[in-house]
Amino acid sequence: MRGQDSNDLAKGRRVHVTGLLTSAFTTISHKAHAYGIECNINLKMQFMLLFSRQGKLRLQKWYVPLSDTQKKKISREVIQMVLARKPKMCSFLEWRDLKIVYKRYASLYFCCAVEDQENELITLEIIHRYVELLDKYFGSVCELDIIFNFEKAYYILDEFILGGEAQETSKKNVLKAIEQADMLQEEAETPRSVLEEIGLT
Amino acid sequence: MPAPIRLRELIRTIRTARTQAEEREMIQKECAAIRSSFREEDNTYRCRNVAKLLYMHMLGYPAHFGQLECLKLIASQKFTDKRIGYLGAMLLLDERQDVHLLMTNCIKNDLNHSTQYVQGLALCTLGCMGSSEMCRDLAGEVEKLLKTSNSYLRKKAALCAVHVIRKVPELMEMFLPATKNLLSEKNHGVLHTSVVLLTEMCERSPDMLSHFRKLVPQLVRILKNLIMSGYSPEHDVSGISDPFLQVRILRLLRILGKGDDDSSEAMNDILAQVATNTETSKNVGNAILYETVLTIMDIKSESGLRVLAINILGRFLLNNDKNIRYVALTSLLKTVQTDHNAVQRHRSTIVDCLKDLDVSIKRRAMELSFALVNGNNIRGMMKELLYFLDSCDPEFKADCASGIFLAAENPFESLQTFTLEAGSYVRDDSVPNLIQLITNSVEMHAYTVQRLYKALLDDISQVTEDEVLDVLEGLLVSNLSTPVTRGYSLTAIMKLSTRFSSVNRIKKVVSIYGSSIDVELQQRAVEYNALFKKYDHMRPALLERMPIMEKTATNGPAEIQTNGETDSTILDTKHPPNITQPASQANDLLDLLGGNDVVPVIQTTVPTKPASAGGELLDLLGDLSLTGGPTPTPAPSVPISQPPFLLDGLTSQPLFNDIAAGIPPMTAYNKNGLKIEFTFERSNPNPNIAVITIHATNSTEADMTEFVFQAAVPKTFQLQLLSPSSNVVPALNQGSVTQVIRVLNPQKQQLRMRIKLTYTHKGSPVQDLAEVNNFPPQSWQSLPWGCMGSSGIFLTQSRVDGMKTDDDDDDDLQRQ
Repeated sequence: MRGQDSNDLAKGRRVHVTGLLTSAFTTISHKAHAYGIECNINLKMQFMLLFSRQGKLRLQKWYVPLSDTQKKKISREVIQMVLARKPKMCSFLEWRDLKIVYKRYASLYFCCAVEDQENELITLEIIHRYVELLDKYFGSVCELDIIFNFEKAYYILDEFILGGEAQETSKKNVLKAIEQADMLQEEAETPRSVLEEIGLT
Repeated sequence: MPAPIRLRELIRTIRTARTQAEEREMIQKECAAIRSSFREEDNTYRCRNVAKLLYMHMLGYPAHFGQLECLKLIASQKFTDKRIGYLGAMLLLDERQDVHLLMTNCIKNDLNHSTQYVQGLALCTLGCMGSSEMCRDLAGEVEKLLKTSNSYLRKKAALCAVHVIRKVPELMEMFLPATKNLLSEKNHGVLHTSVVLLTEMCERSPDMLSHFRKLVPQLVRILKNLIMSGYSPEHDVSGISDPFLQVRILRLLRILGKGDDDSSEAMNDILAQVATNTETSKNVGNAILYETVLTIMDIKSESGLRVLAINILGRFLLNNDKNIRYVALTSLLKTVQTDHNAVQRHRSTIVDCLKDLDVSIKRRAMELSFALVNGNNIRGMMKELLYFLDSCDPEFKADCASGIFLAAENPFESLQTFTLEAGSYVRDDSVPNLIQLITNSVEMHAYTVQRLYKALLDDISQVTEDEVLDVLEGLLVSNLSTPVTRGYSLTAIMKLSTRFSSVNRIKKVVSIYGSSIDVELQQRAVEYNALFKKYDHMRPALLERMPIMEKTATNGPAEIQTNGETDSTILDTKHPPNITQPASQANDLLDLLGGNDVVPVIQTTVPTKPASAGGELLDLLGDLSLTGGPTPTPAPSVPISQPPFLLDGLTSQPLFNDIAAGIPPMTAYNKNGLKIEFTFERSNPNPNIAVITIHATNSTEADMTEFVFQAAVPKTFQLQLLSPSSNVVPALNQGSVTQVIRVLNPQKQQLRMRIKLTYTHKGSPVQDLAEVNNFPPQSWQSLPWGCMGSSGIFLTQSRVDGMKTDDDDDDDLQRQ
């Protein structure tokens, strides 16, 4: 029977997957994830969004694999929800089975989606640390800095957070790394312009 | 060909666009330029073009044609190219893309690059979005880097390993050796990421968990150093040293200490220290305290520590900062099951949070409030919760209403819920609870009926038969009725067929719906039709009032359908006044089960055995055959031989748990050698029912045959006699006749009973009457509310309405 076949197939698939997962250890199963994300269990931070008060996206970092349409849809929803919040409300929103932790700095909203079990207060500190890094790097950062230097904002974020977790807890070290990488970039660029000047492109 | 415009230039230009259309035009133009530039394989400006493409991608425009260019950039030797290339890869080349795997080789090369910043780029990209295949291919490289002495790379490798493990869990084992001395690092970055890695491994595998338990002392030491060490500018946040690391360590300790006494004990001190010494003026301190509280509650901490934790949460509740209050409510919700009393102390604060403007806080407070409702505080809580229901947003009403139903002790509150227009939000499965509540509080019936009827009609005028039928028919045809409501209406109409005189009208309505599109309605209508046609004589008995439902801990037993007939409820009890039923409202039992519950029974054949056969299953239909012809109205002069109940549990044994309630047995009668003893049990599901077993013994030398025991109780009680074990009391105490009596005592009055005994002794009939007044107080005093038993249809009491017209006799005479 058709139904039976597909059932068996499904079962077979399941067995295969379970086989992968168990191997030498028994795995502890975890809560299934939000929104079409199948296999990223245990991910603490799923994405981070920066957007303006008009809802324009200034930065989007995704730590889960999603299609462009899905990302767009999620962004739209989250942005709408956060913008609808009144100023005196708390910084946490429940959305599907994730928690949205957001904070507004001047004209920019910084928004993280974390797992339900995550410590929301420390997530606020993570957001704050990122803002401090941007501030130190750009010197009194404002939205325009992030608009015109979005790639630098990404670089800084990638020096601070990797795979959704903080990789460096020292402000100084993050900024030092960025500085050095920037210098490396400049060194790489300078020779070319010299050649151009001589006329040898 | 002119150089492509710079990135900043483009951004500036696009921002000058005044309309969406204008912007789109600019973007399209630039995209075309970029595409042709890509086609020319221009190495110089590839980087610039991709950067522009990424900007346009952020604005929401498609950028897939840049994917391969990103790959080329990654493969380039220039650091600038690599930087943009990897950024582009992370934005455009996730694992769903076909070309994703083409990155693998480049990443592999870069993982071994001479420049650590290039290695860093590769690790970052792999750790953010590497697919399972990629992870499998490159796990070895990552593992190598995990052992490097370069802390910049080591910390990144650790998080990369976390990602690899998440994607390919069976590779976890290969990282085990590298974790050996991770915690001896001084560098906080490495420490932090190592703790994350260890946490990940422990969460995934119990074996790893037990393996890493030995690290608890080391973790405690590190944490201690963080707290005790002086000011460290590098890691300081508002006076606290590296809060991120502290939180992470606390979390790992939580996982390691859970369920393990030794580990828990090893961390008790440090937890107490953190809990008491952390500065709470800023968010960062509270974040650490929060994590500490979570850890304390999860591990096997000593009670003093737990109290400390709950008190911290209590302080959080009073904090001005909404975030802190939210977090406190969340944690309290988690702990309310285990530390109920401690949480109760903060009840008033929690209830205050119901009035908060913040939606998230309100929801948490509501959930917590429901969890805190108990017998002592239910009055106050109900008031608050009802007020909340009235004023809250629609998104809350459904949950709140259902919560109130489950928690409510008397139907007054539940009724209020209904009439507060939250009724439409109430889930179907809450209805049985409501019905059950209503029936249990007998004195509320009149009030209930009025309120419900009012809600239904908005009109309290005197009701005639036709009006009632009009209302119900109106419900049936109304577009606004849900199928469920229609079902209720149809069944209600059906039941009225035995109460009203306009049977024909009802028959017509029922037959119309025999061809209804709604399958449920159709089925009911067809069955009711059959009831009219073939089984008319059974109709009255079948549509009799049904017994009180047991209160259940969950949403009701499976066999009781959720067709709590609120409509028929209204009409049943409203009806008696119309047909001059003198039945006192207080004693009316509401008809609860829909006719369709009973209908299937019709299908079985009707055995004609007498109901009084000792110890036999009392068959529904057997009873009916006893009652003889149809009784057109429900109440009338009920013949004494009417069986006391319609539905029996499947045995003649009482349906209750034997609680040795410690009620002493008593001798009710002792005369002429016949001794009758009463023993007591409390019926678990319903504390208002006393179950008495009589034991009749005969000390004379001759048997007492044809022994019949009858009992009568005052009006406020109801009595039920089950079959006796036999009707011969053997001589010389060689055996006894036992019989079970059930007494419903809703008003908790003192139990009194009049008994009548008839038997034949030595050839001559003997009859005797006696009063039994010496019931021990425990047999009729109430048990605390909260006895919720399993489901079960409780046996009804017989109808006593007709009896009430008999003025001479105070007591009702009933017999089996």
